[in-house]
Amino acid sequence: MKRREFLRKAVPAGVVLPSLVGGFSFKVFGADSPFAQSLLMPVSETDHILVIVQLNGGNDGLNMVIPLENFSNYANARSNIFIPEDKVLALADTNKTGLHPAMTGMQELYNNGQLKIIHSVGYPQPSFSHFRATDIWMSASDSATVVNTGWAGRYLNYEYPNFPSGYPNASMKDPLAIQIGSTTSLTFQGPSVSMGMSISNPSNFYNLLSGVQDPVPDTPAGKELNFVRQIAQQTQQYASVIKDAASKVPMQVTYPAGNSLADQLKIVARLIKGGLQTRVYMVNFGGFDTHASQVNGTDKITGTHANLLMRVSDAIKAFQDDLKFLGVDDKVTGMTFSEFGRRIRSNASTGTDHGTAAPMFVFGKQVLGGVLGTTPNFGANVTVNENLPFQYDFRSVYATLLANWLCVNDNDLQQVMLKNYQTLPLVNTIDCRKAVNLSGEQLISNYPNPFTTNTVITFKTAGGHTLVQIIDTSGRVIAHLTDKEYPSGTYTVVFNSGNLPSGIYYARLQNLATQQVRAMIKIK
Amino acid sequence: MNNLNPATPPASGLGVYSGSWTEQELVHLLKRTMFGVKNTDLLYFKNKTLSETVDELLNPVLPIPDPPVKEYTTGNAAVPDTQVAAGTTWVNDPSTDGTIASLRRASFKKWWMGVMINQDRSIREKMTLFWHNHFSTESNDVGNAQYVYKHHHLLRTNALGNFKALTKAVTTDPAMLVYLNGQLNTKTAADENYGRELQELFCCGKGPDSLYTEADVKAAAKVLTGWRNNAAAISSYFDANRHDTTNKSFSAFYNNTLIQGRSGATAGDLELDDLLNMIFSIDEVAKYICRRLYRWFVYYDIDAAVEANVIEPMANLLRAAHYEIKPVLSVLLKSEHFYDTLSRGCQIKSPVDLVAGMCREFNVAFQPGTDYITNYGFCNYLVNWLANMQQSIGDPPDVSGWKAYYQEPQFYEIWINSDTLPKRNQFTDSMIVNGYTFNGKKLQIDGAEFAKTLSDPGNPNQLIDDLTAAIYRINISATSKAQLKKDILLSGQSNDQYWTDAWNTFITTPGNTSNTTSVKNKIRDLIKYLMNLAEYQLA
Repeated sequence: MKRREFLRKAVPAGVVLPSLVGGFSFKVFGADSPFAQSLLMPVSETDHILVIVQLNGGNDGLNMVIPLENFSNYANARSNIFIPEDKVLALADTNKTGLHPAMTGMQELYNNGQLKIIHSVGYPQPSFSHFRATDIWMSASDSATVVNTGWAGRYLNYEYPNFPSGYPNASMKDPLAIQIGSTTSLTFQGPSVSMGMSISNPSNFYNLLSGVQDPVPDTPAGKELNFVRQIAQQTQQYASVIKDAASKVPMQVTYPAGNSLADQLKIVARLIKGGLQTRVYMVNFGGFDTHASQVNGTDKITGTHANLLMRVSDAIKAFQDDLKFLGVDDKVTGMTFSEFGRRIRSNASTGTDHGTAAPMFVFGKQVLGGVLGTTPNFGANVTVNENLPFQYDFRSVYATLLANWLCVNDNDLQQVMLKNYQTLPLVNTIDCRKAVNLSGEQLISNYPNPFTTNTVITFKTAGGHTLVQIIDTSGRVIAHLTDKEYPSGTYTVVFNSGNLPSGIYYARLQNLATQQVRAMIKIK
Repeated sequence: MNNLNPATPPASGLGVYSGSWTEQELVHLLKRTMFGVKNTDLLYFKNKTLSETVDELLNPVLPIPDPPVKEYTTGNAAVPDTQVAAGTTWVNDPSTDGTIASLRRASFKKWWMGVMINQDRSIREKMTLFWHNHFSTESNDVGNAQYVYKHHHLLRTNALGNFKALTKAVTTDPAMLVYLNGQLNTKTAADENYGRELQELFCCGKGPDSLYTEADVKAAAKVLTGWRNNAAAISSYFDANRHDTTNKSFSAFYNNTLIQGRSGATAGDLELDDLLNMIFSIDEVAKYICRRLYRWFVYYDIDAAVEANVIEPMANLLRAAHYEIKPVLSVLLKSEHFYDTLSRGCQIKSPVDLVAGMCREFNVAFQPGTDYITNYGFCNYLVNWLANMQQSIGDPPDVSGWKAYYQEPQFYEIWINSDTLPKRNQFTDSMIVNGYTFNGKKLQIDGAEFAKTLSDPGNPNQLIDDLTAAIYRINISATSKAQLKKDILLSGQSNDQYWTDAWNTFITTPGNTSNTTSVKNKIRDLIKYLMNLAEYQLA
C-alpha cells in the first residue's frame, strides 16, 4: 500500500468542532496529536505550486515570439505591424526565434534557463469565439464537447477528495486554489463545487489589503450593511489564514507600478512565502483583443500590444526575482495562456483578428529552459483566412505539469485530464514528491473503480431525503440510482453503465443540504 | 469595527407621504409587505397610485389558501390514517396517533412554505407570520397537528382584523390552551402560564410603562380557569365545573378593577370579555403592539422621536379604531416616515424573507399542483434550510417569538452570525448552482430565464443594472459593476459586443450547446456572486 493511501485509510475520524466554517462542519485533529504534527511541516515544504497567468483576449503570439527563421514571410504577412528584425530581442542559445523588444524581462529569464517557450500550442478544430475558446482552455475539453468542470478543479478534486466536506483539516488548512479576481473561473470548477476561492470580493482579503470597498451610505441601511460585511469578513472561511500568511512577509522586491498583473503576482508571492499550502493560483490580465491599432503606425515596436507585453514581462520578471529573494523559487512554476493566438496576416487597421495556435510560456527555477517545437513557418503568400497549425496540444502542457510538477500518478492522470496526452520536457522531474493529504469525510465511494460495466456505490446519509445520481462530464444527469427517504446509515446501490461510452462519470450524493461527488472511471 | 454609526432613525412622522412615487418607493413598499418583489408584481402596481397600492395590499381578494393535504406515507404509525385519502386534507381528521401527528406537523410546515412562496398580492402572508411571531406557539410542543393548523388558520383569517378579537380567539384556541397550559388551569390548581404571557408578551409588553403585578397574573389566571380541549372535535370548550367563581381583583395599574366571579356555561366567556376590556383599556397595549408592527415593517430602532412621532400617533389611531389593525397599517404604509430614505433598505432579511423572497424574485419553478408530492418535497428542503438559518416556521424558539424582533440592542442583526451567514450563502449557492432534486424533478434558479424577463439582457451593462436593481436596496458602485461585467459576463474581454453576440445566439440558437452553456454559466456566476454580497441580505 502506498504511503498516501495508507494515511487516508488510517486516519481516524476527527473531532467535530461546534463552530462551523463556511457553512460546513469541519474536523480538526488535536494540536497535540503527534500524528497530526508529523503531517504538517515536512510535507508542505516540498509541495509544488503552479501559478496560471491568463492573458485575456487572444494574445498575438507571432508578435510576441518572432519567427526569425522565417522572417521575410512574417514581415510580408504583417507588413503594417511586424517587429523589425534588428529590434527583436535575441535568445542566448538560438537564432531561430526571438522576443518582442518590450520583453526584456522574459529575455533575461530565458537566458538564465528559467523560461520554456512552447511553439504553436493549440488543439484540433479550434474555436474563434472568445467565450467558447476560453471554456475549452479552462475545461480542457475537445472542441466539440462541452465539459462543465475545469482542469485544475478536477485535479484539486482528485488531490483533496470530498472537498469541502471535512476541510480545512490538519493537512490542508488553506484554500486549495486562489484566484485573484471577483469570481473563480471555470478552471477551478470541480465536479460539484468550485475548488477555489477568489480574493477580491468586498467581503474578503484582497480588498482588505487594497482598501477598496463599495461605500456605505450614512443611513440605518448603511449601518446594517456594514454589520453584515463585518460578519462576512470574520466568517470568510479562510480569511484568517490568508491574512496571517500575508502578514508574515514584511519585505518583497519592488514590483513595477501601474501594472495590475504585477499587483496580482505580488500578492501571490507574498502568500506563498507566508506559508500557504495552496496548490494553484490564477491571475489574469486582459486587453489582448487587438483588432485595431495594436502597434504605433510610425514606430511598430511601441503601441498597445507592446505595452501589454511589457507589463507581462516586467510583472513575471519581478515575480521571479521576488520568489528568489523570498527563497521560495524552488517550489513555484508558472505558465501563461491565452484563449487563442491571432491571424497570421494582419488586417488593414494595424491589428490582427482571431486566430488559432500560439506560444505558451512556462517559467520558474525548475523549468527546463529553451524552445520547444519548430519555428512557425508559412509561405510567402499567406491568405487572410490562414492560421497556424498547432504543434502541441495545450492539454499535453497541462498533463505534463500535473504529472511532472504536481506529481499526479500516471494512473490517475486520466481522471483529471479525461483522456491521455503526451508528456513534454518542461520541468525537472527529480524533485517530484507527492504531498500527503488527509481526505475529507467520505460520504460516497464506489468499487470497483475503474469499472467496466457495474460498480457498487456506497453512500452515507444523515437520514431524510437522499439522492444518488450519475452525471457525465458535461453535467448531464445520466441516471437516478435512488431518490427517496432513508433512515440515517450507510447503503449501497449498483450503477449499471450499460452501453455508455468509457470515460469519467460522477456519482453525486444529495442529502438535504449536503452534497458530495465521486469521480468514477469506466474502462473497456 | 463599525466606524460610522450615526444612523439615527428618521424623525419624520405619520403625515401622508407626498413625495415622488416611482419604482423605488414601490419596491420599498412591496419588499416590506410581501416576500420579495416579483417582476409581475411591479408591472401590476406600476400605474397605480400609492394610495391605491396600499389599499390593495391591505384588502386581499383571493380566498384563504386550501389546507395542507396528505402527502406523507403513514409508515410505522400504530393507527394509520387510512381514512384520509392521499392528496386530500387531513386537517379535519381527528387522529391522535403520535406518528401521524409528527408527519402532519411536517406536512403543515411544508404547506406553509408553499403558501408563502405562492402568496397572493397582499400583506396577508407577512401579517400571518407577524401574528405567528407575536402569539408564538411551538408545533412540537402542541403536538396535535389539527390544533396546529387550526391555530394557524385563526391567525391567517384574522391577520388584518381586530387585535382584541384575535387575542380573545387565541386565548381559547386549542393549540394555545396546550402550549401555555390553559387546559390545565383549574380552580383547584391554577396555572399562571397563559395569564402571565397574555400580559407580558401578548398585550402589555415588558416596557417601563407596563406595570402589571404578580397579583394581576394570578387574578388573570383565575379568570381563565375552566377551558379544555376536545381532540375528537378538534376544538376547545368551557367546563364550568373547573372554573374559579370567586371575584378577581386587579392592581392600580388596572384601576383596581374587580372582575365579578361568575358561574354557569357562559361564565368563562363573560369573564374573559371583562378581562380583555380591562387590559385593552390600558394605553400601553396599543403602544406595545404598534412598536411590534413598526419593528416588523420599518426598523427596530425606536428612539424618543420615533416613539413620539410614530408610535404614539399609531397607538392613538389604533385605540380610536377599537383595535382594528388595518387603519393603522394604512396610515403607516402611506406615511412620510415609511418612505423616508432613512427607512429604506435597513431591514436584515429574516430567513423566511430570504428563502421565500428568493424563490419569488427569481420565479423559481415548482411543479404543477397535481404533482403535490414533489412540491411538498421541495418545500421540505426549504423548511430545512429555514431551520438551519434559525427560523423554524411553526417552531419559534419560545413563547417570546424570534429574538430578532425584541432582543435589545441587536434585533435583526441576531439573524446574522458566523454560523448563519455562511449558511445563507451556501443556500443561495445551492439554489443557483446545483439546485435540489426530488422525485426526479429539480428546484433551481434558472438565471438565464430570469434574465429574459429583464429589459435588455443582451446589453451587459443594462443586465447588471437591472439585476442589481431587482435584488438590492443599496446599489453597488459603478466600479464594482464594471469589474463584474468584465470578469464574469465578458470573460475578461473589454468589448461589450462579445456578450451581446453570445446572448443573441443563445436566444436565436438555443441548440448551440457550447454557447448556451457559456451564457447560462456566466449568468449563474453573476447571480451567485450578487447573492453572496452583504447587500443581498438587506430589504
